[in-house]
Amino acid sequence: MADVKTRPRLAVFKLASCDGCQLTLLDCEDELLALAGEVDISHFLEASSAVAPGPYDLSLVEGSITTAADAERIQAIRAASRHLVTIGACATAGGIQALRNFADVDEFRRTVYAHPEYISTLATSTPVSAHVDVDFELRGCPIDRRQLIEVITAFLAGRKPDVPDHSVCFECKRRGTVCVTVAHGTPCLGPVTHAGCGALCPAYHRGCFGCFGPSGSVNLPALIPLLRRDGLDEDAVGRFLHTFNTAAFDEELGK
Amino acid sequence: MTHRGSRVLHVGSLSRVEGEGALSLHVHDGTVTDARLEIYEPPRFFEAFLRGRSYTEPPDITARVCGICPVAYQMSACAAIEDACGVSVDPVIRDLRRLLYCGEWIESQVLHIYLLHAPDFLGRTSAIDLARTHRAEVERGLRLKKVGNSLMEVIGGRAVHPVNVRLGGFHRVPTRAELRPLHEELKQALDDAWETVRWVAGFEFPDARVEADLLALAEPDTYAIEGGTPTVLRTDGSTASFPVREFTEHVTETHVEHSTALHSRLDGRLHLTGSLARFAIGGAKLSPVALEAAVAAGLGDPREGAVCRNPFRSILVRAVESVYAVSEALRIIDAYEQPARPYTEVPPVAGVGHGATEAPRGMLYHRYELDADGIVTDALMVPPTAQNQGAIEDDLRRLAQHAIGEHDPDDDELTALCERAIRNHDPCISCSTHFLDLTVVRTSGPTTGGCDA
Repeated sequence: MADVKTRPRLAVFKLASCDGCQLTLLDCEDELLALAGEVDISHFLEASSAVAPGPYDLSLVEGSITTAADAERIQAIRAASRHLVTIGACATAGGIQALRNFADVDEFRRTVYAHPEYISTLATSTPVSAHVDVDFELRGCPIDRRQLIEVITAFLAGRKPDVPDHSVCFECKRRGTVCVTVAHGTPCLGPVTHAGCGALCPAYHRGCFGCFGPSGSVNLPALIPLLRRDGLDEDAVGRFLHTFNTAAFDEELGK
Repeated sequence: MTHRGSRVLHVGSLSRVEGEGALSLHVHDGTVTDARLEIYEPPRFFEAFLRGRSYTEPPDITARVCGICPVAYQMSACAAIEDACGVSVDPVIRDLRRLLYCGEWIESQVLHIYLLHAPDFLGRTSAIDLARTHRAEVERGLRLKKVGNSLMEVIGGRAVHPVNVRLGGFHRVPTRAELRPLHEELKQALDDAWETVRWVAGFEFPDARVEADLLALAEPDTYAIEGGTPTVLRTDGSTASFPVREFTEHVTETHVEHSTALHSRLDGRLHLTGSLARFAIGGAKLSPVALEAAVAAGLGDPREGAVCRNPFRSILVRAVESVYAVSEALRIIDAYEQPARPYTEVPPVAGVGHGATEAPRGMLYHRYELDADGIVTDALMVPPTAQNQGAIEDDLRRLAQHAIGEHDPDDDELTALCERAIRNHDPCISCSTHFLDLTVVRTSGPTTGGCDA
């Protein structure tokens, strides 16, 4: 175990999100105690009531910016962090709550809350990178546990994380999964979606639905006719691309 | 220095709870005048953006309300939409759903027992801190928690936001051979769950009593998880039940004056849902091994009417429920035969559907209105923590008042007690679709530090 004084200081912060990505850190059951021996977990409210002020060597940030208070808070987090890594689709792309970006947020407010005047919220849900510099963005809704360990390890070792930006198709091939689109005509976002989950959905006989957001090379003009051929109407294609990484895929549509 | 008199305590960032919240306590002349669990989790508007989505989407979309209990959201969504469409799933599919749900119960209850709650009883700040002196116990907790995650990974594809759930069943059902390794893990887990019961039974529990009606689903032949009839045990000992479709006629949300939080009421009274309520209402239906665990835990025999109303002792009930979920998972796996079809077709029907299931933290109700094309025209979700907030605050007020009357603790001690009072109920603040209190200014408090200030 490294000396307490010299151990790198790790912090975990939460903005607008479901808690699932920071839970992924606690889901590293085999690694958690070993990790706690190598780093000083200085700020992780979900796990500990011992909270220490910054600066932190590595801050993991979950969630998107949806309030004025969080827009200020992320500045403070950035200022206190040597490295800032976003974890998950909310922090990296605005998350599913970015569906508000394409709607009337006042109407949303009235729909959900009886007293909308009490709800202070921004009109948009934006990724952390829209507000501050980010050192690395880990994708996924939720993030993948193995990739999280890789990113933490890489930052602690001072190297670049080995997180390739190819598509889910590569992972299906590697896993030996028969292509659900080719074999069964199942609509699948695998060809345009960032790898990282291990190509879960096709292994469970369903098409990829884009949890990890756009891959490094996206060709929507080629994919959309395939989705239409396989039975999705225009509205369904729109919904398919507008879920957990709605803003990121929408940006691709605009290219 | 005397502490009696007037003071205001504020904890800006609660720790060891799911999601972000604060608490405030106002004391005037030795009397607690206000006790609040404040929610500043930003709104995400799920019910608004569900409108216009296809009826096939809510199981995947609503899972994202909560990373701790995504299966609960998936199951309540499926139940409600299948109700709207008039479809019942095959018994084997129902069993598989229950098996997936057992995984979430194990993961979530063990997370709370070991990582969030136990440190309070042993005077520690976290499970990691606890592991310095109780390494074997913490390792046992992590091992047990991992089995819950393994169940979700095999049946659901992954532990957080499983991908395999769909209306009518699953995209793909497991083979018997795929479940076999789980059987081995679960056998070890049963020992670990038993050891957990024995371990937490040795903790010291302050006296306390929840004065709220207890609400849980009840099934005639089993401990309710993925369905059942909402049943209430009132503080006067009387019981009542109502159909799921009448949920919102009984559970209503009121805006309390001078508060920005919405408070839920059951027929006009405070109510609590979750482990204490389930044990009180359905305890007699636990498996033999879980009943034995309840007695060993000192909870008494629910077949003889044992009810636990002490929120500090909820950790015992969670431990018993962990034993139950492990035993239930073993039972389902032993009896499992792979069905011919992984799902029942669910054609869209215009109408309204209701669904309620037992999330680890309590009853989760969903309601959807669909048009003839299967487009969602209205959606409503009532999560357990929204229902429990009033009872949690009541508990907070009573515990604080009792402590002030008894030995007048200093601010640090009173703050620690208040945080414990909240953690007792395992609130899930991420499930905040219904919380209103979003205007709270983050104020530095005793546990606040770093960038939360």
